[in-house]
Amino acid sequence: MAGMAGSKQGGWPVHVAVIFLVILWVLPTFGLLVSSLRDKDLLAVSGWWTALTTTERNEVGRAPPPEEQAQEDAEYVISGNLFEADSGARVARFGVSIQRPDEFPVGETAEMRSGALLTVNEDGSYRMVSTEPFEGARGQRLFYTAAFPPDFTLANYEEVLTSEGIGQSFINSLTVTIPATIIPILIAAYAAYALAWMKFPGRALLLSVVVGLLVVPLQMSLIPLLKLYNDVGAIFGVPSKTYVGIWLAHTGFGMPLAIYLLRNYIAGLPGEIMESARIDGASDFDIFVRIVLPLSMPALAAFAIFQFLWVWNDLLVAMVFLGNGDDQLVLTGRLRELLGSRGGNWEILTASAFISIVVPLLVFFSLQRFLVRGLLAGSVKG
Amino acid sequence: MQHLISALIAIVAGVGACALYYFAANALLDIILPFRDASPRAVRNQKLASVIRPWLFLGPALLVLGLYLVYPVIDSLRLSFYDRTGEEFVGFSNYGWAINDPEFRQSIFNNLLWLIFVPAVSTGFGLVIAFLTDRIWWGNIAKSLIFMPMAISFIGASVIWKFIYDFRSEGSVQIGLLNAIVEGFGLAPQAWITIPFWNNFFLMIILVWIQTGFAMVILSAALRGIPDETIEAAIIDGAKGYQLFFYIMIPQIWGTIAVVWTTITILVLKVFDIVLAMTNGQWDSEVLANLMFDWMFRGGGDFGRGATIAVVIMVAVIPIMIWNIRRANAEMENR
Repeated sequence: MAGMAGSKQGGWPVHVAVIFLVILWVLPTFGLLVSSLRDKDLLAVSGWWTALTTTERNEVGRAPPPEEQAQEDAEYVISGNLFEADSGARVARFGVSIQRPDEFPVGETAEMRSGALLTVNEDGSYRMVSTEPFEGARGQRLFYTAAFPPDFTLANYEEVLTSEGIGQSFINSLTVTIPATIIPILIAAYAAYALAWMKFPGRALLLSVVVGLLVVPLQMSLIPLLKLYNDVGAIFGVPSKTYVGIWLAHTGFGMPLAIYLLRNYIAGLPGEIMESARIDGASDFDIFVRIVLPLSMPALAAFAIFQFLWVWNDLLVAMVFLGNGDDQLVLTGRLRELLGSRGGNWEILTASAFISIVVPLLVFFSLQRFLVRGLLAGSVKG
Repeated sequence: MQHLISALIAIVAGVGACALYYFAANALLDIILPFRDASPRAVRNQKLASVIRPWLFLGPALLVLGLYLVYPVIDSLRLSFYDRTGEEFVGFSNYGWAINDPEFRQSIFNNLLWLIFVPAVSTGFGLVIAFLTDRIWWGNIAKSLIFMPMAISFIGASVIWKFIYDFRSEGSVQIGLLNAIVEGFGLAPQAWITIPFWNNFFLMIILVWIQTGFAMVILSAALRGIPDETIEAAIIDGAKGYQLFFYIMIPQIWGTIAVVWTTITILVLKVFDIVLAMTNGQWDSEVLANLMFDWMFRGGGDFGRGATIAVVIMVAVIPIMIWNIRRANAEMENR
């Protein structure tokens, strides 16, 4: 096989091709992460790929109103600073008309239309000098091109977690996901054991039904269940959109995959162990609890990861079976709402989206091994 | 926080109730039908118990499957022949409406586009990436990164890509990556997702981005499953890299390619979140699943039409369902 090793290794074109593909696949998510960490004003005027460079932007400022002018000898002076303290921004150029905010370099003195002389310095401080008193109710508009150095901040995250309700939705998502992941496991495991190792008429048919149900589109279930939930709510006088309702719904929708995955795994366990336990007088119940369940942990983990990702990322079921109130809106639903109401506010969207994907990404990277195993075992799934 | 506590209580109560059910049902069966002595009655009891016990184990699962999947499928089928409230029988008029509805026709057309494009491109990319990454020492890292979008929700992915497709009018600074690149080539920026027909493809790319990792993982395992002798023989016979790939490896894994293809096909038929988030069906980008959701709530909800669209999706899935069942049965016979 020595000769094989060489032929199986790719040369530099393979490396380059894979690097290109990896960049293509990672770049979208990376852009989201970088954007969510940028200052929101910068985010709105420059691409995230320029995050490490200085951004130039045309701005309009307004000087204080004429009533604040000071008199120095025979001259009238209005002065101030274009920037807030510590903003880190610099003035690159300035001008006296909106058409040409980059007419003069900083430090120079320009004549304004009113005849006053304007000087703007790099740090944003400016000074307007006139021999006549300034008049009017409003301050003079000042046109300039500002340069903003790179600015990274967690402010976007702070904002979405507190005022946009992402924090509450995060908790709601956890509330939906954890029971909906764990409750189906035991139910499915018992059924899987029965389908794998107990003999009864109709077993093959039942297995076919489970395989068939794997690919039934969720859309088929929505309307009848919505009606059913509304009826149950009306008859018993309880709200029709509850967490219990969605836990049960996710349990139902995840059940075929759970049974299928676990049955395949449990059927592959060595029969001799079970046979010898049976000879020793163990009942099916004992065998299941003492032998099968502990041995099936890898399959249980694989399913749990699937179900967790699927429930956490689900939008459709949550939109149908949960309400739109603050106490029930999950992350995916909130994200959709923000896409509508804050469509242009990319600092809010990017930070919210990143919060919603960070949990699945953590689960994904830490438990990928189980996920891959589950995928390989259950690739019939739809 | 209160929610989380109730969630934890739900876990304990839910799992506890299930465990209690299995334990109690099992114990009850042992008490009703004792078989510990050697009397003929015990033998009969044991037989009877072994007939009943599987159904005790299966009971809760069957209940859940029946309530959440089997009953709804039958009821959806029934509702598709009823009016908007589900009370008056209207025969085939919902289907008649669908055939003549321009939105429905548009959805069928778009779904066909999706059905051709997404499985083909995802499987193709997945295959190529699986082949390439098996050939380099850092292949597993590369795979892991390309697999990553699998963990991201469709709606999260939609935000990510909407940002890439972001459009500012010509002359202002583009903050969307695609338009920045387009401007870099000296072309005019476009509002990509509003261009009829082509916007379908911009939406499909999102699903391809998510699903390629899935295809890659499955196909990579299949490629590794090809016996070394086969590859070796081909190399000795002088097969080059691409020949090895197209003439030796691909024919060996046709079965797996079909599985990946059909799995993605089913996902495509159900695609909903992406269209809802990106365009909500505007600019001729409607698909069946989103149209169905729309009718569920449009004007207070039209259950008849909604169910009809669901049935159409279901009918499209049935061939794959039958194929899957046959394949699963064949596999079980081999065991």
